[in-house]
Amino acid sequence: MSAYAGQPLRARDREGTCGLLPPHGAATYEQFLKLYGPTPRPGERLLDIVQASGLSGRGGAGFPTARKLRAVRDGRRPVVLANGTEGEPASHKDEVLLSHNPHLVIDGALLAADAVRARRVIIAVARAADAAAQLERALASRPDGDRVEVRTVPDRFIAGEESALIHFLNGGEAKPTNTPPRPFERGVGGRPTLVQNVETLATLALIARYGEGWFRASGTAEEPGNVLATVAGAVRMPGVLEVPLGIELSDLFARCGGLTEPARAYLVGGYFGRWVPAVEGLELSSASLATAGGSLGARTVVAFPQSSCGVLESARVIAYMAGQSAEQCGPCVFGLRTLAARFATIARAEPGAAEAYRALDGLHRQIARRGACAHPDGVLGFAASATRVFADEFSAHLAGHCTARSHQPVLPVPVKQGDWR
Amino acid sequence: MSKPLHLALDMIRCDAYGHCAELLPELIELDQWGYPIIEAASVPEHLHGDARRAVAACPRLALKLERRAATRGPAGTGAAR
Repeated sequence: MSAYAGQPLRARDREGTCGLLPPHGAATYEQFLKLYGPTPRPGERLLDIVQASGLSGRGGAGFPTARKLRAVRDGRRPVVLANGTEGEPASHKDEVLLSHNPHLVIDGALLAADAVRARRVIIAVARAADAAAQLERALASRPDGDRVEVRTVPDRFIAGEESALIHFLNGGEAKPTNTPPRPFERGVGGRPTLVQNVETLATLALIARYGEGWFRASGTAEEPGNVLATVAGAVRMPGVLEVPLGIELSDLFARCGGLTEPARAYLVGGYFGRWVPAVEGLELSSASLATAGGSLGARTVVAFPQSSCGVLESARVIAYMAGQSAEQCGPCVFGLRTLAARFATIARAEPGAAEAYRALDGLHRQIARRGACAHPDGVLGFAASATRVFADEFSAHLAGHCTARSHQPVLPVPVKQGDWR
Repeated sequence: MSKPLHLALDMIRCDAYGHCAELLPELIELDQWGYPIIEAASVPEHLHGDARRAVAACPRLALKLERRAATRGPAGTGAAR
């Protein structure tokens, strides 16, 4: 997905400011400077500005950015690691951001580095993406470009998990490690490491230019600012767009040309996310999504069409996610494999479906909170939300039939598998 | 008074040999794939000897005893969340 949908909220023509995704992008440094002006130099004052802005991480976990910055500021000289790996198959926002506005990401990484006195700055992207070459070109075209290293990372769902990413950059396999130590304690080259999603850093570069008041003018009081969202499924123009947090999901779909058919449910937050029922009035905010059992994640929103089978789609995703285990922790390796097999049996409405369904609770207890990383728990949460939201379809499957009219895949599941190194 | 002894499992290292559950069934059971589930990480005084034997018997060095104050996260995750 290289195009983005909808219209960005802030174009250059309003208040002289510009958002994350300007209408025609800012691929070259000249275009970028024309739109955004030179890189500001707030130095360590940036921490106070970021603190006042209330910016939280845009990679999915939503951790307060100022706290992360402060955690690495005072100790040994830290490393800044911009995470643009985006292993989540349903998300394309980092890919679109890096290709349409690479200089904003670079700016953000350098600003963060200046704020925490870091010398080494790394931007990590997936191997398969074109992002590495685009970034190298962007860096070559700016005077401060030699301060930033670009590293490519194996194409694996889990390779972007921060401990896996650091393990890889330190010469190991792209597999999660035990924590502690957390990255801010010991990361790349053994140094305290600030790991930030590329969208977080791009947003930080905007806040450094326009101030916290500008940032807070958009979004909600609890969750200020604009974000990138990837919208897919039953919409006319799927893609990535920039929206304020708190936007109604119906508005989000309207900006993508509207729904092609009524939605049966929404998948919010990607494959570590949750299915939520397609109820009216839901907003793209943590508070609103929590009322429906969901969470924001990296703002991947799939409108799941009425005609499709939620059980089958969930089974496909769980099978993919089981295959994405780093194969280190027994409960993850064997537990997710078993979970995938149970879901497949139910999805096919086979005679063993009822038995497979009854086994899910016990299976859940044997997997939950027993992995070194969040992978197994993420998949469990997804699976549990499927049984809640598609309860009627599960009943039909247990009775031996499927009510869906279409079995065309809706959610993307990559078949190509990257290496670990 | 010294801090209480706690079991800590490195799930990445563990290869489901199961010796720990045999030597310390009071605190460790195995899941359906043979990996330990540690019900309570804190080890009561009278089981200190058995716990040390269970730790020593692990071929993978995946089980450890730690002195620490409070529980730091669910047992068997090695993670502080």
